Amino acid sequence: MRRAQDLLEGLRSIYPRERILTAPAELAPYESDALTGFRVRPRAVVLPETQDEVIATVRWCFREGVPFVARGSGTSLSGGSLPVEGGIVIALNRLNRILRLDPEERIAVVEPGVPNLEVSRAAAPYGLYYAPDPSSQAVCTIGGNVAFNSGGAHCLKYGMTANHVLGIKAVLADGEVVRFGGESLEGVGPDLVGIFVGSEGLFGIALEITLRLLPRPEAYRTVLAAYRSLEQAGEAVARVVASGVLPGAMEIMDRLSLEAAEAAVGAGYPRDAAAVLIVEVEGEEPEVEAELTHLLEVIRSSGPTEVRIAKDEGERQRIWKGRKGAFSAVGRLSPDYLVQDGVVPRTRLGQALREIERLSAAYGLRVANVFHAGDGNLHPLILYDGRKPGELERAEALAGEILRMCVRLGGSITGEHGVGVEKRKFLPEMFAEADLAVMRRLRRVMDPRGLANPGKMFPPEPVAATVGA
Amino acid sequence: MSPVGELVRPSTVTEVQEIVRERRFVLPRGGGTKPALSTPASETTVLDLSRLSGVLEYDPAEFTFTAWAGTPVREVEDLLTRHGQFLPFDPPFRDAGATLGGTVASGLSGPRRYRYGGVRDFVLGVRFVDGTGAVVRGGGKVVKNAAGFDLPKLMVGSLGQLGVLVELTFKVFPAPRAHATLRVTYARVEEALRGLLRLNTSGFDLEAVDLEPPGILWVRLGGREESLEARTRRLVAFLGGPVEVLRGEEERALWEGVREFSWVPAGHALVKVPVTPRRLAGLEERLARAGALRRYSVGGNCAWVAWPLDLALLHRTLVELGLAGLCVLGPPGRPVLGEWGGEAFARRVRQALDPQGKFGVR
Ligand SMILES: Cc1cc2nc3c(=O)[nH]c(=O)nc-3n(C[C@H](O)[C@H](O)[C@H](O)COP(=O)(O)OP(=O)(O)OC[C@H]3O[C@@H](n4cnc5c(N)ncnc54)[C@H](O)[C@@H]3O)c2cc1C
Ligand SMILES: Cc1cc2nc3c(=O)[nH]c(=O)nc-3n(C[C@H](O)[C@H](O)[C@H](O)COP(=O)(O)OP(=O)(O)OC[C@H]3O[C@@H](n4cnc5c(N)ncnc54)[C@H](O)[C@@H]3O)c2cc1C
Repeated sequence: MRRAQDLLEGLRSIYPRERILTAPAELAPYESDALTGFRVRPRAVVLPETQDEVIATVRWCFREGVPFVARGSGTSLSGGSLPVEGGIVIALNRLNRILRLDPEERIAVVEPGVPNLEVSRAAAPYGLYYAPDPSSQAVCTIGGNVAFNSGGAHCLKYGMTANHVLGIKAVLADGEVVRFGGESLEGVGPDLVGIFVGSEGLFGIALEITLRLLPRPEAYRTVLAAYRSLEQAGEAVARVVASGVLPGAMEIMDRLSLEAAEAAVGAGYPRDAAAVLIVEVEGEEPEVEAELTHLLEVIRSSGPTEVRIAKDEGERQRIWKGRKGAFSAVGRLSPDYLVQDGVVPRTRLGQALREIERLSAAYGLRVANVFHAGDGNLHPLILYDGRKPGELERAEALAGEILRMCVRLGGSITGEHGVGVEKRKFLPEMFAEADLAVMRRLRRVMDPRGLANPGKMFPPEPVAATVGA
Repeated sequence: MSPVGELVRPSTVTEVQEIVRERRFVLPRGGGTKPALSTPASETTVLDLSRLSGVLEYDPAEFTFTAWAGTPVREVEDLLTRHGQFLPFDPPFRDAGATLGGTVASGLSGPRRYRYGGVRDFVLGVRFVDGTGAVVRGGGKVVKNAAGFDLPKLMVGSLGQLGVLVELTFKVFPAPRAHATLRVTYARVEEALRGLLRLNTSGFDLEAVDLEPPGILWVRLGGREESLEARTRRLVAFLGGPVEVLRGEEERALWEGVREFSWVPAGHALVKVPVTPRRLAGLEERLARAGALRRYSVGGNCAWVAWPLDLALLHRTLVELGLAGLCVLGPPGRPVLGEWGGEAFARRVRQALDPQGKFGVR
C-alpha cells in the first residue's frame, strides 16, 4: 500500500490543489451517504469539472490499483456511495450541465451531476418533464439515479429510471470510454442501457446520459382516502388495480408517518386515520374525469372513513408535500431510523403490513410505513436510538426479518434504493449461486481489477479479491 | 462439432442445458417468424423451443404473468384479453406464430410502444441457459425490483446470442376499453412530418402515431368509452384539415394489419431502423428514391422498411446516415445492418455470458 503523499502526486497532474480534498475536515462530509450508520474515511476526494478529468482519474486509478467510488449527492439510503478504505471518492456534483434539450425529439442530454428536478425544470417551458421522481429529487443526481435505477411515486404507470434512459456514455473501470443506446426510443442489439442502469457504480462512471422526456399530463385528479387500519388501505390498492384503473401514483402512509408529516408540513391529513391512501389519476382532461368517477366508486366500496378530492393545484401540492417530506418528518420522531425498501406482490400487501406490525411489537421498535403501494414497494422506517446500546443491532435484525418476508412472499429485497452495502448479505436469498456467478462475471469484464465501488451489491466472495496496489 | 442443420426440440430445461454444453454452436428459435434471425448457418444446432410452452403463473390482480419462452404470444394474449388486460407493447407477428422468447430476443415492439413503452419496459424476470450451460435467473416477478444487475433487460434484443431464454415474467396493463383512430392526409411528406412533430409536443395522450409516406398520419386514441368522443373531437380540432375517424372493427383490423406487416410484399426483406423524428427526413429521402415501401412508427422513432433489393445497398445507405438496422424477414446471415454503436460494450457482455462463443454463429 502506497502512502497518501505519493498518491496525491498522481492526482495533482489532473486537478488543481483546491479540487483535491484530503484534510480530515474536508473529508468528513463524504464519509457516509444517507445511510449514516456506516462511515469510512476515503484517502482523498476529487472534484472533477469535466468528463476528461473523470476519464483521466479512472485511468489513473486503474494503473495504480486504487479503488474509487463515484458520488452524486450522497443521498443513497443503502450505503451505495460509502467510500472504500484506502480509495478515493470522485464527486460529480460539478459535472452538472444540461448539454442539450430538444423538445421535438423529447430528449435531454445531461451530465451525471445534474439534479433530477433540474431536468424537469429545464423541460417545463416546453410542456415536458422527466418522469422518475424520487422523493429526494431536488437533491439527488441523474448519475446516482442511473446507478441505482431509482424510482418514485409514478413507477406503476411510468416505470423506473431504466425506462427513461435512452443512451449513455461511460468510462468503464479499466478506462475504456464506451457509448451505447442512442436518442431513439428503439434500438438494435442487446439492451445495453438496460444492464448499465442499476449497476450501482460497479461497471464504471456514467459521463453523459440521454433522457427521455414526456409531455406533462394535461390534468391530475388526486384522491385521499382514510382507513381504520393499514391492512384495509392495502386491500383497497388491490381493488383499484383489479378494477382496471391505471393510476399515475398510489401511495400509503400509516398513522405514525401521518402524524410526523402533519407536524412537519401541515398537509391537512385526516387526524384520526390509521392509514391514508393517496391515488392520483392523470392524463387528458376528459379521460381523467371519467377515470375519477370510476375510481371513486371503487374507493367508496373499500370501506374508507373519509374520502377527499383535491379541489385545486394548491391542495394537490399540499398532499404531495406531506408525502414527499415524510422520511425527513419521521426523522423528527426519533434520533435515528433505518429505511427499508422491500417489494411484495400487490395482492400480499395486507399480509405484509400485518406481519410488519407484528414484528414491530415483537422487537419493541416503532415502525412507520410510507410507501409506493401501487408497486407493492414498502418503505418501513424503523425508528431507533443509536445511543442506546444494542438498539441499532435490534433495528437491523428487524429490517432483516422484513426483507426475508418480502422474498418469502415472492417479492424483492429492494424496489429502488439498491443493494449497496446494506443489503448485500441478502442478495443470495433472492438469487442462486449460478445467478450471482453470471453477475460477477459481468462485473469482472467491465472491471477486471475490481476497483469500481468494491464491496457493494455482492456479498464478499469466497476467495478474497485483491484490491489496492 | 454440431451436425450441419441439426434441429433439436427439447422439452425440459435440463435438455436445453445438455444441448448447450454438448454442441459447438447453438441457435435458439421460437416461432421462426423472423427467419432472417432464426435460420442457422452450417454447423449450428437449431434449438427449437416450441415444446417449452405454456403459462406458468397469472394473477390478474398482480398485473404480471410468467410463461415458458416458447409460448406463442397469441396464447398469452387470449388469456389476458379474458381478464381485460394486454401486453401494451404490441408484439409483432402474433398471428404468424411469434413466441415470447423470440419477441424478447429480437427486441421488437409494435405501434403502441409510443404510449406505453417497448418490450424492454415490460420484461420483469427471466430464466435462461447461458453459454456455459448454467440456468440463470435475473429480475423477479414483482413490478418493481432493483436487486442485482438487470439481466431481463439485457436479453431484450440479444438475438439468441447471450443465452437461451426458457422462462419470462412480464408486466401487463389493463386494456383500454375503446379506441378511435384518426387518419390525417397531407399533400407531402414534409407536412406530415411537421404534423407528427406537433403531435409529439402536444400533450395529447396518444396510443400510437404512425406516418405512412407520402402523407398519411395515423393517430390512435384509447381509453374509456365515456370520454373517447370528447377526446376525438378535441384532437380533430387540433389537427385541422381533412381528418377521417375510424372506429370499431375497421379500426381494430387496421392495426392488426400493421402488427402483422401485411403491407410487406412477398419476397421483400423487412428491416427495422431505429431513428429519431429529426433524422427521419434524410432517411425518407433515400428510401423513397430507392423505391422501398416504408412505414414510420412510434412517433418517428422506428422506421419499418420493406426492401426489394440487395440488402448490401440498404446497409451502405444506413452506414452513410449513421443508422443501424435489424433485418427481421429476409435471408439469413448477418441480421444487423448499418452502423451500430454499442459494439465495444456488447463484446464485454458477450464474453461474460457466452465465454466459449456457443451462440456466435448463425
Ligand atoms: C429523503 C430521501 C428520499 C429518497 N427517496 C427516494 C425515492 O423516492 N426513490 C428512490 O429510488 N430513491 C430515493 N432515495 C435514495 C436516493 O436519493 C437515490 O438512490 C438517488 O438515486 C441517489 O442519488 P445521488 O446523486 O445522491 O447518488 P449517490 O448517493 O451519491 O450515489 C448512489 C450510487 O450511485 C453511484 N453513482 C453516482 N453517480 C454515478 C455516476 N455518474 N456513474 C456511476 N455511478 C454513479 C454511486 O457510486 C453510488 O453507488 C431517497 C433518499 C433520501 C435521502
Ligand atoms: C427447419 C425449419 C425451418 C423453418 N423455416 C421457417 C421460415 O423460413 N419461416 C417461418 O416463418 N417459419 C419457419 N419455420 C417455423 C418456425 O420454427 C416457427 O414459425 C417459429 O415459431 C418463429 O419464432 P419467433 O417468431 O418466436 O422468433 P424466431 O423467429 O424464432 O426468433 C427470433 C430471434 O430470437 C431468437 N430466439 C427465439 N427464441 C429464443 C429463446 N427462447 N431464447 C433465446 N433466443 C431466442 C432467435 O435466435 C432469433 O435471433 C421453420 C421451422 C423449421 C423446423
